[in-house]
Amino acid sequence: MKVVPVRHTGRWIAGAVMVVIVAMLVHTLFSKVATGQTSCHTVSGVRSCHPVVNWRFSWNIVFHYFTSSEILHGLVLTIELTILAMLIGIVLGITIAIMRLSPNRLLSSTAWSYTWFFRGTPVYVQLLFWFNISAIYQSLSIGIPFLHVTFLHIDAVSLFTPFRAALIGLGLNEGAYMSEIARSGLIAVDEGQFEAASSLGMTRGQTLRLVVLPQAMRVIIPPTGNEVISMLKTTSLASAISVVEVLGAAQNIYAANYEVMPLLITASIWYLIITTVLSIGQFYLERHFARGAQRTPPPTPIARLRTDVKGIVAKFRTPRPAMTREVVA
Amino acid sequence: MSAESAVGAVPMVEARAVCKHYAGVEVLKGVDLVVNRGEVTCLIGPSGSGKSTLLRCINHLEKHDAGELLVDGQLVGYEARDGKLYERSDKQICVERSRIGMVFQRFNLFQHLTVLDNVTIGQVKVKNVSPDAAVTRARELLARVGLDAKEKNYPSQLSGGQQQRVAIARALAMEPKLMLFDEPTSALDPELVGEVLDVMKDLARSGMTMIVVTHEMGFAREVADTVYFLDRGIIEESGDPRKVLTAPSSERLKSFLSKVL
Repeated sequence: MKVVPVRHTGRWIAGAVMVVIVAMLVHTLFSKVATGQTSCHTVSGVRSCHPVVNWRFSWNIVFHYFTSSEILHGLVLTIELTILAMLIGIVLGITIAIMRLSPNRLLSSTAWSYTWFFRGTPVYVQLLFWFNISAIYQSLSIGIPFLHVTFLHIDAVSLFTPFRAALIGLGLNEGAYMSEIARSGLIAVDEGQFEAASSLGMTRGQTLRLVVLPQAMRVIIPPTGNEVISMLKTTSLASAISVVEVLGAAQNIYAANYEVMPLLITASIWYLIITTVLSIGQFYLERHFARGAQRTPPPTPIARLRTDVKGIVAKFRTPRPAMTREVVA
Repeated sequence: MSAESAVGAVPMVEARAVCKHYAGVEVLKGVDLVVNRGEVTCLIGPSGSGKSTLLRCINHLEKHDAGELLVDGQLVGYEARDGKLYERSDKQICVERSRIGMVFQRFNLFQHLTVLDNVTIGQVKVKNVSPDAAVTRARELLARVGLDAKEKNYPSQLSGGQQQRVAIARALAMEPKLMLFDEPTSALDPELVGEVLDVMKDLARSGMTMIVVTHEMGFAREVADTVYFLDRGIIEESGDPRKVLTAPSSERLKSFLSKVL
Protein backbone atom coordinates (compact mmCIF):
# COMPACT_ATOMS: atom_id res chain seq x y z
CA MET A 1 0.00 0.00 0.00
CA LYS A 2 1.24 3.53 -0.70
CA VAL A 3 2.09 5.57 2.39
CA VAL A 4 0.96 9.22 2.27
CA PRO A 5 3.13 11.42 4.53
CA VAL A 6 1.46 14.00 6.78
CA ARG A 7 1.27 17.49 5.19
CA HIS A 8 2.78 20.12 7.52
CA THR A 9 0.73 23.10 6.28
CA GLY A 10 1.50 25.20 9.38
CA ARG A 11 5.23 24.79 8.91
CA TRP A 12 5.00 25.97 5.32
CA ILE A 13 3.02 29.09 6.29
CA ALA A 14 5.44 29.93 9.11
CA GLY A 15 8.36 29.45 6.72
CA ALA A 16 6.79 31.73 4.12
CA VAL A 17 6.16 34.47 6.73
CA MET A 18 9.78 34.28 7.86
CA VAL A 19 11.03 34.54 4.28
CA VAL A 20 8.96 37.70 3.76
CA ILE A 21 10.22 39.27 7.01
CA VAL A 22 13.84 38.50 6.15
CA ALA A 23 13.35 39.92 2.66
CA MET A 24 11.94 43.14 4.14
CA LEU A 25 14.90 43.40 6.49
CA VAL A 26 17.43 42.90 3.70
CA HIS A 27 15.56 45.38 1.55
CA THR A 28 15.58 48.13 4.16
CA LEU A 29 19.23 47.45 5.08
CA PHE A 30 20.30 48.00 1.51
CA SER A 31 17.71 50.64 0.49
CA LYS A 32 18.66 54.06 -0.79
CA VAL A 33 17.14 57.41 0.12
CA ALA A 34 17.10 60.80 -1.56
CA THR A 35 19.40 63.32 0.07
CA GLY A 36 17.27 66.27 -1.13
CA GLN A 37 20.11 67.45 -3.36
CA THR A 38 20.26 67.18 -7.09
CA SER A 39 23.30 66.74 -9.19
CA CYS A 40 23.47 68.17 -12.68
CA HIS A 41 25.81 67.32 -15.52
CA THR A 42 26.23 68.81 -18.92
CA VAL A 43 26.90 66.14 -21.46
CA SER A 44 27.48 67.34 -25.05
CA GLY A 45 25.63 70.55 -24.39
CA VAL A 46 22.60 68.88 -22.82
CA ARG A 47 22.17 69.67 -19.16
CA SER A 48 20.48 66.94 -17.17
CA CYS A 49 19.69 66.86 -13.45
CA HIS A 50 18.73 63.97 -11.16
CA PRO A 51 18.30 63.64 -7.39
CA VAL A 52 21.27 62.35 -5.43
CA VAL A 53 20.54 59.12 -3.52
CA ASN A 54 22.48 57.54 -0.73
CA TRP A 55 22.49 54.26 1.19
CA ARG A 56 19.97 54.57 4.03
CA PHE A 57 22.56 52.94 6.33
CA SER A 58 25.44 54.91 4.78
CA TRP A 59 27.36 51.73 4.00
CA ASN A 60 29.98 53.73 2.14
CA ILE A 61 30.81 55.69 5.32
CA VAL A 62 30.71 52.50 7.43
CA PHE A 63 33.09 50.90 4.97
CA HIS A 64 35.31 53.96 4.96
CA TYR A 65 35.78 53.99 8.73
CA PHE A 66 35.63 50.23 9.25
CA THR A 67 39.39 49.75 9.10
CA SER A 68 40.43 53.31 9.90
CA SER A 69 43.33 53.54 12.32
CA GLU A 70 41.24 55.20 15.08
CA ILE A 71 38.68 52.41 15.02
CA LEU A 72 41.36 49.69 14.87
CA HIS A 73 43.23 51.24 17.80
CA GLY A 74 39.97 51.34 19.72
CA LEU A 75 39.37 47.72 18.80
CA VAL A 76 42.75 46.66 20.19
CA LEU A 77 41.94 48.49 23.42
CA THR A 78 38.52 46.81 23.61
CA ILE A 79 40.09 43.37 23.20
CA GLU A 80 42.84 44.13 25.72
CA LEU A 81 40.33 45.38 28.24
CA THR A 82 38.08 42.34 27.73
CA ILE A 83 40.89 39.81 28.11
CA LEU A 84 42.61 41.46 31.07
CA ALA A 85 39.40 42.23 32.96
CA MET A 86 38.21 38.65 32.42
CA LEU A 87 41.54 37.27 33.64
CA ILE A 88 41.28 39.37 36.79
CA GLY A 89 37.64 38.32 37.14
CA ILE A 90 38.31 34.58 36.70
CA VAL A 91 41.28 34.42 39.09
CA LEU A 92 39.44 36.55 41.64
CA GLY A 93 36.20 34.62 41.13
CA ILE A 94 37.77 31.20 41.71
CA THR A 95 39.66 32.49 44.74
CA ILE A 96 36.49 33.98 46.22
CA ALA A 97 34.49 30.83 45.46
CA ILE A 98 37.08 28.69 47.28
CA MET A 99 37.08 31.16 50.19
CA ARG A 100 33.30 31.06 50.24
CA LEU A 101 33.34 27.26 50.61
CA SER A 102 36.09 27.34 53.23
CA PRO A 103 35.26 25.99 56.70
CA ASN A 104 36.86 29.19 58.08
CA ARG A 105 33.91 31.50 58.85
CA LEU A 106 36.05 34.63 58.52
CA LEU A 107 37.07 33.68 54.98
CA SER A 108 33.60 32.63 53.88
CA SER A 109 31.91 35.75 55.21
CA THR A 110 34.56 38.01 53.63
CA ALA A 111 33.88 36.28 50.31
CA TRP A 112 30.13 36.69 50.77
CA SER A 113 30.52 40.42 51.53
CA TYR A 114 32.68 40.93 48.45
CA THR A 115 30.07 39.43 46.18
CA TRP A 116 27.31 41.35 47.96
CA PHE A 117 29.09 44.67 47.46
CA PHE A 118 30.31 44.33 43.89
CA ARG A 119 27.15 42.70 42.61
CA GLY A 120 24.98 45.17 44.43
CA THR A 121 26.28 48.37 42.81
CA PRO A 122 26.12 49.21 39.10
CA VAL A 123 29.32 48.58 37.18
CA TYR A 124 29.01 52.05 35.64
CA VAL A 125 29.10 53.63 39.10
CA GLN A 126 32.09 51.47 39.98
CA LEU A 127 33.96 52.65 36.88
CA LEU A 128 33.27 56.30 37.73
CA PHE A 129 34.37 55.57 41.27
CA TRP A 130 37.78 54.17 40.29
CA PHE A 131 38.23 56.95 37.73
CA ASN A 132 37.72 59.55 40.44
CA ILE A 133 39.49 57.67 43.21
CA SER A 134 42.23 60.31 43.39
CA ALA A 135 39.59 62.69 44.78
CA ILE A 136 39.67 60.82 48.08
CA TYR A 137 43.10 59.20 47.91
CA GLN A 138 45.77 61.59 46.64
CA SER A 139 48.26 58.81 47.10
CA LEU A 140 48.28 55.18 48.00
CA SER A 141 50.58 53.70 50.57
CA ILE A 142 50.88 50.21 51.91
CA GLY A 143 51.83 49.85 55.53
CA ILE A 144 50.56 48.71 58.89
CA PRO A 145 47.13 50.12 59.84
CA PHE A 146 47.08 52.71 62.67
CA LEU A 147 50.88 52.77 62.86
CA HIS A 148 52.92 55.21 60.85
CA VAL A 149 54.80 52.51 58.98
CA THR A 150 54.65 52.48 55.18
CA PHE A 151 56.36 50.15 52.75
CA LEU A 152 55.11 51.51 49.44
CA HIS A 153 53.89 54.90 48.35
CA ILE A 154 52.30 55.70 44.97
CA ASP A 155 50.67 58.79 43.54
CA ALA A 156 47.02 57.94 42.79
CA VAL A 157 46.61 60.15 39.72
CA SER A 158 49.51 58.49 37.92
CA LEU A 159 48.42 55.03 39.09
CA PHE A 160 44.78 55.29 38.05
CA THR A 161 45.02 56.16 34.38
CA PRO A 162 41.61 55.86 32.65
CA PHE A 163 42.60 52.47 31.23
CA ARG A 164 43.71 51.09 34.58
CA ALA A 165 40.65 52.51 36.33
CA ALA A 166 38.47 50.74 33.75
CA LEU A 167 40.47 47.53 34.10
CA ILE A 168 40.22 47.50 37.90
CA GLY A 169 36.56 48.45 37.88
CA LEU A 170 35.56 45.83 35.31
CA GLY A 171 37.84 43.15 36.81
CA LEU A 172 36.65 43.56 40.39
CA ASN A 173 33.03 43.63 39.30
CA GLU A 174 33.51 40.54 37.15
CA GLY A 175 35.16 38.76 40.10
CA ALA A 176 31.88 38.94 41.98
CA TYR A 177 29.90 37.35 39.14
CA MET A 178 32.60 34.79 38.36
CA SER A 179 32.74 33.73 42.02
CA GLU A 180 29.10 32.67 41.87
CA ILE A 181 29.74 30.76 38.63
CA ALA A 182 32.84 29.08 40.06
CA ARG A 183 31.00 28.23 43.26
CA SER A 184 28.20 26.50 41.37
CA GLY A 185 30.86 24.52 39.50
CA LEU A 186 32.65 23.47 42.67
CA ILE A 187 29.40 22.45 44.34
CA ALA A 188 28.45 20.38 41.28
CA VAL A 189 31.45 18.06 41.76
CA ASP A 190 30.46 14.92 43.64
CA GLU A 191 31.50 14.69 47.30
CA GLY A 192 32.97 11.26 46.53
CA GLN A 193 35.67 12.90 44.40
CA PHE A 194 36.93 14.82 47.45
CA GLU A 195 36.93 11.63 49.50
CA ALA A 196 38.73 9.60 46.86
CA ALA A 197 41.37 12.31 46.52
CA SER A 198 41.91 12.58 50.26
CA SER A 199 42.05 8.80 50.61
CA LEU A 200 45.01 8.89 48.19
CA GLY A 201 46.67 11.33 50.59
CA MET A 202 46.14 14.50 48.55
CA THR A 203 46.12 17.77 50.46
CA ARG A 204 43.12 20.11 50.21
CA GLY A 205 45.03 22.26 47.71
CA GLN A 206 45.96 19.29 45.52
CA THR A 207 42.42 17.97 45.66
CA LEU A 208 41.05 21.30 44.46
CA ARG A 209 43.68 21.82 41.78
CA LEU A 210 43.99 18.28 40.38
CA VAL A 211 40.57 16.76 40.92
CA VAL A 212 37.81 19.23 41.70
CA LEU A 213 38.57 22.29 39.56
CA PRO A 214 39.13 20.35 36.30
CA GLN A 215 35.73 18.73 36.78
CA ALA A 216 34.09 21.96 37.90
CA MET A 217 35.32 23.50 34.63
CA ARG A 218 32.69 21.60 32.68
CA VAL A 219 30.04 23.49 34.62
CA ILE A 220 32.00 26.76 34.79
CA ILE A 221 32.95 27.17 31.10
CA PRO A 222 29.54 27.75 29.44
CA PRO A 223 28.45 30.62 31.72
CA THR A 224 32.01 32.00 31.63
CA GLY A 225 31.82 32.17 27.84
CA ASN A 226 28.65 34.14 28.34
CA GLU A 227 30.50 36.43 30.74
CA VAL A 228 33.32 37.03 28.23
CA ILE A 229 30.81 38.08 25.58
CA SER A 230 29.00 40.21 28.11
CA MET A 231 32.33 41.75 29.20
CA LEU A 232 33.22 42.56 25.59
CA LYS A 233 30.16 44.76 25.39
CA THR A 234 30.46 46.15 28.93
CA THR A 235 33.91 47.53 28.06
CA SER A 236 32.01 50.14 26.00
CA LEU A 237 31.16 51.79 29.34
CA ALA A 238 34.85 52.63 29.64
CA SER A 239 34.27 55.26 26.95
CA ALA A 240 32.49 57.22 29.69
CA ILE A 241 35.76 57.54 31.60
CA SER A 242 37.66 58.67 28.49
CA VAL A 243 39.09 55.33 27.47
CA VAL A 244 39.17 55.40 23.67
CA GLU A 245 38.07 51.85 23.01
CA VAL A 246 36.08 51.00 19.90
CA LEU A 247 32.92 52.90 20.91
CA GLY A 248 35.03 55.78 22.23
CA ALA A 249 36.84 55.95 18.89
CA ALA A 250 33.53 55.95 17.03
CA GLN A 251 32.23 58.73 19.28
CA ASN A 252 35.36 60.80 18.72
CA ILE A 253 34.91 60.49 14.97
CA TYR A 254 31.20 61.35 14.89
CA ALA A 255 31.77 64.25 17.27
CA ALA A 256 33.81 65.76 14.43
CA ASN A 257 31.78 64.76 11.35
CA TYR A 258 28.25 64.20 12.78
CA GLU A 259 27.95 60.81 11.04
CA VAL A 260 26.49 59.29 14.21
CA MET A 261 24.62 56.31 12.80
CA PRO A 262 27.28 54.97 10.41
CA LEU A 263 29.91 55.02 13.17
CA LEU A 264 27.63 53.30 15.67
CA ILE A 265 27.03 50.66 12.99
CA THR A 266 30.78 50.34 12.45
CA ALA A 267 31.33 49.71 16.16
CA SER A 268 28.39 47.27 16.29
CA ILE A 269 29.74 45.22 13.39
CA TRP A 270 33.07 44.90 15.14
CA TYR A 271 31.34 43.77 18.35
CA LEU A 272 29.42 41.17 16.32
CA ILE A 273 32.60 39.90 14.66
CA ILE A 274 34.43 39.42 17.97
CA THR A 275 31.39 37.81 19.57
CA THR A 276 31.29 35.31 16.71
CA VAL A 277 34.96 34.46 17.12
CA LEU A 278 34.48 34.08 20.89
CA SER A 279 31.49 31.78 20.44
CA ILE A 280 33.52 29.48 18.22
CA GLY A 281 36.32 29.42 20.80
CA GLN A 282 33.81 28.65 23.55
CA PHE A 283 32.50 25.64 21.65
CA TYR A 284 35.92 24.02 21.40
CA LEU A 285 36.78 24.84 25.01
CA GLU A 286 33.56 23.22 26.23
CA ARG A 287 34.28 20.20 24.10
CA HIS A 288 37.74 19.90 25.64
CA PHE A 289 36.51 20.04 29.24
CA ALA A 290 33.60 17.68 28.57
CA ARG A 291 36.02 14.80 28.09
CA GLY A 292 35.18 11.95 30.38
CA ALA A 293 31.70 13.33 31.00
CA GLN A 294 30.18 12.04 27.80
CA ARG A 295 30.83 8.75 26.12
CA THR A 296 31.13 10.37 22.71
CA PRO A 297 32.09 14.04 22.41
CA PRO A 298 29.63 16.25 20.49
CA PRO A 299 30.50 16.73 16.79
CA THR A 300 32.24 19.92 15.73
CA PRO A 301 30.11 22.26 13.56
CA ILE A 302 32.19 21.20 10.55
CA ALA A 303 31.56 17.53 11.28
CA ARG A 304 27.87 18.27 11.76
CA LEU A 305 27.71 20.17 8.48
CA ARG A 306 29.38 17.24 6.75
CA THR A 307 26.82 14.75 8.05
CA ASP A 308 23.99 17.15 7.14
CA VAL A 309 25.25 17.47 3.58
CA LYS A 310 25.78 13.73 3.35
CA GLY A 311 22.26 13.14 4.58
CA ILE A 312 20.73 15.54 2.08
CA VAL A 313 22.79 14.09 -0.78
CA ALA A 314 21.82 10.58 0.20
CA LYS A 315 18.18 11.59 0.29
CA PHE A 316 18.28 12.86 -3.28
CA ARG A 317 20.40 10.03 -4.63
CA THR A 318 18.39 7.11 -3.41
CA PRO A 319 14.84 7.06 -4.68
CA ARG A 320 12.42 6.89 -1.81
CA PRO A 321 11.35 3.25 -1.63
CA ALA A 322 7.71 2.65 -1.93
CA MET A 323 6.87 1.66 1.58
CA THR A 324 4.84 -1.49 1.61
CA ARG A 325 3.20 -3.24 4.43
CA GLU A 326 2.54 -6.91 4.27
CA VAL A 327 -0.97 -7.71 5.07
CA VAL A 328 -1.25 -10.91 6.94
CA ALA A 329 -4.25 -12.69 5.69
CA MET B 1 63.77 -12.79 63.87
CA SER B 2 62.96 -11.27 67.22
CA ALA B 3 62.56 -7.84 65.63
CA GLU B 4 60.19 -9.26 63.04
CA SER B 5 58.05 -11.03 65.55
CA ALA B 6 57.94 -7.82 67.59
CA VAL B 7 56.58 -5.96 64.57
CA GLY B 8 54.27 -8.83 63.88
CA ALA B 9 52.94 -8.60 67.39
CA VAL B 10 51.58 -5.09 66.80
CA PRO B 11 48.22 -5.45 65.08
CA MET B 12 47.64 -3.44 61.88
CA VAL B 13 44.49 -1.89 63.30
CA GLU B 14 43.36 -1.78 66.86
CA ALA B 15 40.23 -0.04 68.10
CA ARG B 16 39.53 0.37 71.81
CA ALA B 17 36.10 1.66 72.84
CA VAL B 18 35.83 3.90 69.75
CA CYS B 19 32.83 6.23 69.84
CA LYS B 20 31.42 8.54 67.20
CA HIS B 21 28.28 10.62 67.05
CA TYR B 22 26.77 12.97 64.48
CA ALA B 23 24.53 15.74 65.75
CA GLY B 24 23.32 13.79 68.75
CA VAL B 25 23.00 10.42 67.02
CA GLU B 26 25.45 7.90 68.41
CA VAL B 27 26.78 5.87 65.51
CA LEU B 28 29.57 4.00 67.28
CA LYS B 29 29.15 3.20 70.96
CA GLY B 30 32.48 1.80 72.07
CA VAL B 31 33.78 -0.51 69.39
CA ASP B 32 36.70 -2.87 70.01
CA LEU B 33 38.40 -4.47 67.06
CA VAL B 34 41.76 -6.04 66.24
CA VAL B 35 43.00 -6.64 62.72
CA ASN B 36 46.25 -8.55 62.43
CA ARG B 37 48.72 -8.17 59.58
CA GLY B 38 47.95 -10.20 56.49
CA GLU B 39 44.42 -10.92 57.66
CA VAL B 40 41.10 -10.24 55.99
CA THR B 41 38.43 -8.85 58.29
CA CYS B 42 34.84 -8.49 57.20
CA LEU B 43 32.43 -6.08 58.85
CA ILE B 44 28.82 -7.11 58.43
CA GLY B 45 25.59 -5.76 59.81
CA PRO B 46 22.38 -3.96 58.90
CA SER B 47 22.57 -0.53 57.28
CA GLY B 48 23.08 2.25 59.78
CA SER B 49 24.92 -0.06 62.14
CA GLY B 50 28.14 1.99 61.92
CA LYS B 51 30.24 -0.28 59.68
CA SER B 52 31.12 2.38 57.14
CA THR B 53 31.70 4.99 59.85
CA LEU B 54 34.19 2.71 61.58
CA LEU B 55 35.99 2.16 58.27
CA ARG B 56 36.10 5.91 57.59
CA CYS B 57 37.45 6.60 61.08
CA ILE B 58 40.36 4.26 60.37
CA ASN B 59 41.71 6.50 57.59
CA HIS B 60 40.50 9.64 59.34
CA LEU B 61 37.89 10.63 56.78
CA GLU B 62 35.80 10.91 59.94
CA LYS B 63 37.13 11.93 63.33
CA HIS B 64 36.18 9.62 66.21
CA ASP B 65 35.10 11.36 69.41
CA ALA B 66 36.32 8.99 72.09
CA GLY B 67 38.34 5.84 72.51
CA GLU B 68 41.64 4.90 70.94
CA LEU B 69 42.18 3.96 67.34
CA LEU B 70 45.62 2.72 66.31
CA VAL B 71 46.84 1.93 62.83
CA ASP B 72 50.22 0.21 62.64
CA GLY B 73 50.80 1.03 66.30
CA GLN B 74 50.21 4.77 65.71
CA LEU B 75 47.22 6.71 66.99
CA VAL B 76 45.00 7.91 64.14
CA GLY B 77 45.01 11.70 64.02
CA TYR B 78 47.01 12.16 67.20
CA GLU B 79 50.51 11.75 68.43
CA ALA B 80 51.19 10.71 72.04
CA ARG B 81 54.18 12.63 73.42
CA ASP B 82 55.13 13.59 76.97
CA GLY B 83 51.82 12.34 78.30
CA LYS B 84 49.81 14.56 75.95
CA LEU B 85 47.94 13.91 72.72
CA TYR B 86 49.06 16.25 69.96
CA GLU B 87 46.63 16.60 67.10
CA ARG B 88 48.40 15.83 63.83
CA SER B 89 48.65 18.49 61.14
CA ASP B 90 46.73 18.11 57.88
CA LYS B 91 49.99 17.31 56.13
CA GLN B 92 50.80 14.45 58.52
CA ILE B 93 47.28 13.07 58.16
CA CYS B 94 47.68 13.12 54.37
CA VAL B 95 50.88 11.10 54.64
CA GLU B 96 49.12 8.57 56.88
CA ARG B 97 46.18 8.30 54.50
CA SER B 98 48.43 7.73 51.52
CA ARG B 99 49.52 4.46 53.14
CA ILE B 100 45.93 3.23 53.52
CA GLY B 101 44.06 2.31 50.36
CA MET B 102 40.33 2.86 50.19
CA VAL B 103 37.74 1.52 47.77
CA PHE B 104 34.30 3.11 47.76
CA GLN B 105 30.83 1.83 47.08
CA ARG B 106 30.36 4.39 44.27
CA PHE B 107 33.89 3.80 42.84
CA ASN B 108 34.67 7.56 42.89
CA LEU B 109 37.08 7.37 39.97
CA PHE B 110 38.29 10.76 38.76
CA GLN B 111 35.88 11.32 35.90
CA HIS B 112 38.09 13.75 33.98
CA LEU B 113 41.08 11.40 33.84
CA THR B 114 41.70 8.28 31.78
CA VAL B 115 42.00 4.92 33.49
CA LEU B 116 45.80 5.13 33.31
CA ASP B 117 45.87 8.67 34.75
CA ASN B 118 43.56 7.61 37.57
CA VAL B 119 46.12 5.03 38.61
CA THR B 120 49.20 7.26 38.19
CA ILE B 121 47.99 10.56 39.69
CA GLY B 122 48.42 9.53 43.32
CA GLN B 123 51.85 8.04 42.73
CA VAL B 124 53.11 11.14 40.92
CA LYS B 125 51.47 13.89 42.97
CA VAL B 126 51.53 12.36 46.45
CA LYS B 127 54.40 9.86 46.44
CA ASN B 128 56.54 11.86 44.00
CA VAL B 129 57.22 8.81 41.86
CA SER B 130 58.62 9.68 38.42
CA PRO B 131 55.90 9.66 35.72
CA ASP B 132 57.60 6.82 33.82
CA ALA B 133 57.85 4.59 36.86
CA ALA B 134 54.25 5.43 37.77
CA VAL B 135 53.03 4.40 34.31
CA THR B 136 54.96 1.12 34.49
CA ARG B 137 53.48 0.31 37.88
CA ALA B 138 49.99 1.39 36.76
CA ARG B 139 50.16 -0.93 33.73
CA GLU B 140 51.24 -3.84 35.97
CA LEU B 141 48.31 -3.22 38.30
CA LEU B 142 45.81 -2.79 35.48
CA ALA B 143 47.01 -6.09 34.03
CA ARG B 144 46.54 -7.64 37.46
CA VAL B 145 42.90 -6.51 37.61
CA GLY B 146 42.44 -7.52 33.95
CA LEU B 147 42.00 -4.04 32.49
CA ASP B 148 45.25 -3.36 30.67
CA ALA B 149 43.32 -2.91 27.41
CA LYS B 150 41.24 -0.07 28.86
CA GLU B 151 43.98 2.33 29.95
CA LYS B 152 42.99 5.05 27.47
CA ASN B 153 39.28 4.95 28.34
CA TYR B 154 37.49 7.34 30.61
CA PRO B 155 35.63 5.93 33.64
CA SER B 156 32.24 6.74 32.10
CA GLN B 157 33.05 4.36 29.26
CA LEU B 158 33.48 1.39 31.62
CA SER B 159 30.99 -0.90 33.32
CA GLY B 160 30.57 -0.68 37.09
CA GLY B 161 32.63 -3.80 37.66
CA GLN B 162 35.44 -2.47 35.49
CA GLN B 163 35.35 0.89 37.27
CA GLN B 164 35.60 -0.79 40.65
CA ARG B 165 38.58 -2.85 39.50
CA VAL B 166 40.29 0.37 38.33
CA ALA B 167 39.51 1.87 41.75
CA ILE B 168 41.25 -1.11 43.38
CA ALA B 169 44.26 -0.65 41.10
CA ARG B 170 44.31 3.07 41.95
CA ALA B 171 44.42 2.27 45.67
CA LEU B 172 47.07 -0.43 45.22
CA ALA B 173 49.27 1.97 43.25
CA MET B 174 50.03 3.77 46.51
CA GLU B 175 51.58 0.55 47.89
CA PRO B 176 49.27 0.56 50.89
CA LYS B 177 49.91 -1.44 54.03
CA LEU B 178 46.17 -1.72 54.60
CA MET B 179 43.18 -1.78 52.23
CA LEU B 180 39.71 -0.63 53.24
CA PHE B 181 36.69 -1.66 51.16
CA ASP B 182 33.41 0.16 51.79
CA GLU B 183 30.67 -2.06 50.31
CA PRO B 184 32.66 -2.50 47.08
CA THR B 185 30.02 -4.57 45.31
CA SER B 186 26.80 -2.95 46.55
CA ALA B 187 26.44 -0.62 43.56
CA LEU B 188 27.08 -3.33 40.98
CA ASP B 189 24.74 -5.34 38.81
CA PRO B 190 24.61 -8.90 40.14
CA GLU B 191 26.51 -10.39 37.22
CA LEU B 192 29.41 -7.95 37.75
CA VAL B 193 29.90 -8.71 41.45
CA GLY B 194 31.97 -11.82 40.75
CA GLU B 195 34.74 -10.07 38.79
CA VAL B 196 35.35 -7.60 41.64
CA LEU B 197 35.27 -10.29 44.32
CA ASP B 198 37.78 -12.33 42.29
CA VAL B 199 40.22 -9.43 42.31
CA MET B 200 39.71 -9.04 46.06
CA LYS B 201 40.25 -12.75 46.68
CA ASP B 202 43.46 -12.60 44.66
CA LEU B 203 44.56 -9.64 46.77
CA ALA B 204 43.77 -11.51 49.99
CA ARG B 205 45.84 -14.48 48.83
CA SER B 206 48.78 -12.16 48.18
CA GLY B 207 48.81 -11.35 51.89
CA MET B 208 47.27 -7.86 51.91
CA THR B 209 45.69 -6.75 55.17
CA MET B 210 42.09 -5.95 54.30
CA ILE B 211 39.02 -4.65 56.09
CA VAL B 212 35.88 -5.21 54.04
CA VAL B 213 32.43 -3.84 54.77
CA THR B 214 30.21 -6.19 52.82
CA HIS B 215 26.87 -7.87 52.40
CA GLU B 216 28.45 -10.73 50.45
CA MET B 217 28.23 -13.50 53.03
CA GLY B 218 29.75 -16.03 50.64
CA PHE B 219 32.84 -13.87 50.30
CA ALA B 220 33.07 -13.38 54.06
CA ARG B 221 32.84 -17.11 54.68
CA GLU B 222 35.38 -17.99 52.02
CA VAL B 223 38.00 -15.28 52.45
CA ALA B 224 37.70 -13.63 55.87
CA ASP B 225 39.88 -14.63 58.80
CA THR B 226 37.59 -12.78 61.19
CA VAL B 227 34.05 -11.46 60.90
CA TYR B 228 32.63 -8.67 63.03
CA PHE B 229 28.88 -8.25 63.24
CA LEU B 230 27.94 -4.66 64.08
CA ASP B 231 24.50 -3.63 65.17
CA ARG B 232 23.43 -0.19 66.43
CA GLY B 233 27.01 0.91 66.95
CA ILE B 234 28.26 -2.04 68.97
CA ILE B 235 29.91 -5.30 68.04
CA GLU B 236 27.37 -7.99 68.75
CA GLU B 237 29.46 -10.95 67.75
CA SER B 238 32.83 -11.68 66.20
CA GLY B 239 35.13 -14.54 65.36
CA ASP B 240 35.85 -17.17 62.76
CA PRO B 241 33.39 -16.73 59.88
CA ARG B 242 32.66 -20.44 59.57
CA LYS B 243 31.54 -20.44 63.18
CA VAL B 244 29.91 -17.00 63.36
CA LEU B 245 28.03 -17.26 60.07
CA THR B 246 26.87 -20.85 60.44
CA ALA B 247 26.16 -21.07 64.15
CA PRO B 248 25.47 -17.55 65.39
CA SER B 249 24.93 -17.21 69.10
CA SER B 250 23.23 -13.79 69.28
CA GLU B 251 19.59 -13.42 68.32
CA ARG B 252 20.31 -10.26 66.32
CA LEU B 253 22.86 -11.99 64.10
CA LYS B 254 20.47 -14.91 63.62
CA SER B 255 17.71 -12.60 62.43
CA PHE B 256 20.15 -10.59 60.26
CA LEU B 257 21.50 -13.72 58.58
CA SER B 258 18.02 -15.05 57.96
CA LYS B 259 17.30 -11.87 56.01
CA VAL B 260 20.45 -11.69 53.90
CA LEU B 261 21.09 -15.35 53.17
